[in-house]
Amino acid sequence: MPAKRTLFENIWDAHLVAQPSGRSPIIYIDLHLVHEVTSPQAFDGLRVAGRKVRQPARTVATVDHNIPTEPRGTPITDLIAAKQIAALQANCKEFGVRLFDMDSPEQGIVHVIGPELGLTQPGMTVVCGDSHTSTHGAFGALAFGIGTSEVEHVLATQCLAQQRPKTMKIDVRGRLAEGVTAKDLALGIIGQIGTDGATGHVIEYAGEAVRGLSMEGRMTLCNMSIEAGARAGMVAPDETTFAYVQGKRFAPRDGEWEKAVEYWRGLPTDEGAGFDKVVEMDAEQLSPFVTWGTNPGMVAPVTGRVPEPRSLNESDQRATELALQYMGLEPGKRIEDIGIDRVFIGSCTNSRIEDLRAAAQVAKGYHVSSKVRAMVVPGSQAIKRAAEREGLHQIFLDAGFEWRESGCSMCLGMNPDILQPGERCASTSNRNFEGRQGRGGRTHLVSPMMAAAAAIAGHFTDIRNWKFQ
Amino acid sequence: MKPFRTHRGRVAPLDRINVDTDQIIPKQFLKRIERTGFGQFLFYDWRFAADGVRNSGFVLDEPRYKGASILVAGKNFGCGSSREHAVWALADFGFRAVISSSFADIFANNSTKNGFLTVCLSEGEVAELMQRSRGVNDYQLTIDLEQCEVRDDQGFRAKFPIDEFVRHCLLNGLDDIGLTLQHEAEITDYEALHPVQSALVT
Repeated sequence: MPAKRTLFENIWDAHLVAQPSGRSPIIYIDLHLVHEVTSPQAFDGLRVAGRKVRQPARTVATVDHNIPTEPRGTPITDLIAAKQIAALQANCKEFGVRLFDMDSPEQGIVHVIGPELGLTQPGMTVVCGDSHTSTHGAFGALAFGIGTSEVEHVLATQCLAQQRPKTMKIDVRGRLAEGVTAKDLALGIIGQIGTDGATGHVIEYAGEAVRGLSMEGRMTLCNMSIEAGARAGMVAPDETTFAYVQGKRFAPRDGEWEKAVEYWRGLPTDEGAGFDKVVEMDAEQLSPFVTWGTNPGMVAPVTGRVPEPRSLNESDQRATELALQYMGLEPGKRIEDIGIDRVFIGSCTNSRIEDLRAAAQVAKGYHVSSKVRAMVVPGSQAIKRAAEREGLHQIFLDAGFEWRESGCSMCLGMNPDILQPGERCASTSNRNFEGRQGRGGRTHLVSPMMAAAAAIAGHFTDIRNWKFQ
Repeated sequence: MKPFRTHRGRVAPLDRINVDTDQIIPKQFLKRIERTGFGQFLFYDWRFAADGVRNSGFVLDEPRYKGASILVAGKNFGCGSSREHAVWALADFGFRAVISSSFADIFANNSTKNGFLTVCLSEGEVAELMQRSRGVNDYQLTIDLEQCEVRDDQGFRAKFPIDEFVRHCLLNGLDDIGLTLQHEAEITDYEALHPVQSALVT
């Protein structure tokens, strides 16, 4: 009887190009996504060494990190950002790489457009010079973030020398309750295992709650894998996956489609296959979560309170004290009593059409609190168009939200969308690090519904009690 | 890449856990298109006030840690964003290595590509080095990659684990891309069996 195998092992083994003795295995990369911030030095390296991009067809670029979300055509006032964008344009032209530029109808956050264009497919290896590349694991791909030296390596060789990671299964039993989303599941997992809980591992998310997630939900979950320290996160492909991919612009066509699906059906983990680590969770125990600190593991249920540092061990105690000081929060404060100044709905974690629908459903018939400034930043131009066709933008605008152009925006504040010192923000993004959304800014991570509700209430509120109109 | 064999230098303590790459090099400095010049922005928000004036009291600015080339920090160092700029900033500032009880994967990977060493010791050993670097004036450590050992003049000695291939590359300053291209024939064979899907080429 053949050995029982995991999804990860199936993909890894299928991509082994060489296993030199005493060296890291060399694996083939099917799809390399490129953006403006982590690529200029890599292209420079190619030029210096006189190398070419080995597989331009497997390399796709867009601009997302530092572009303004003002109406397109507005000049970029940040000259250094403009120079970086110009560098990507010139590099793509010189090396023959496909670029979805600022004025392209396909432009968007790199981890949003990969899936929506059908570039991301089950069984693939996907890399990008961005840690949230783990998003693409939602399709049953092995997808991970790399640094600029590795970007250059992939451009030059279409391969990476990688030590084989360990495997971790996170088995989520039961179903998520109404109002508890993939984002809450991700935050619940990180809260339980910690921001280094999965370091060195590739996570496979499994169980009834994960199977029940839409592709958008799976992307949100896999996106946050890096916040638990994981190399990658993945979900086995199934009918939900195939239905999403089929017909997308770069999806396999005609005869290629049937062959691809047949191959994809053989990828999932065998019943009883072994993992280096297994974590079990009960979906029914999860609530909507709100982070209170300066990393995504510092999280509490919306019905909970800011922790008392005294109650923790020594190193956590100090980290918690520093976090609460930065966040301007008192130990023991009720989460629902925390008032906010800003709301950001967007990012590669939560800017997809389903996220916008969920937020719009909450906002409908209400108005943003007079002390809050709230913005919605769709993940891509395609999502923006889809939302406008459905009238979601009108719901947001009527409720007093700003409706902006696509990009990474205030998730990392490389463009002009930033928090002012001391401003407190309910954000659907992925990192609440000090200064992440702007120096001195205070970020609380939540789901899109929780963010919309906070915008209206002016403070965090339990979405499970929301009166939808 | 500059080889790393043995390095002796002054040690600075950064007594924080989960130091993320957003702290090491904040995003507003990621717009440069060169690999150099990032050192001046290292730990910017901790070292400087919003108006660019130096904050008092950040550990790297204490005269006793001036010129430090080895940083000792709490667990999970380098978590978060994949920005290699974090390593470039540390190296450009003058550091050759960070010692911690654990590192985030991407940061550790990026370090090795720049001849920059991440040394993993036990939590107890890291705490001991943190204490010595505070207690001893001009505290110096030797990091010996040939022996995989960290030692000082006061009797501290600890072995550290490192992947043998990574060690080989660091000791010899080897270019990863060149090594992979030694397998050109295997890559070409692989590509012949796995052609690009038609939708991508049309």
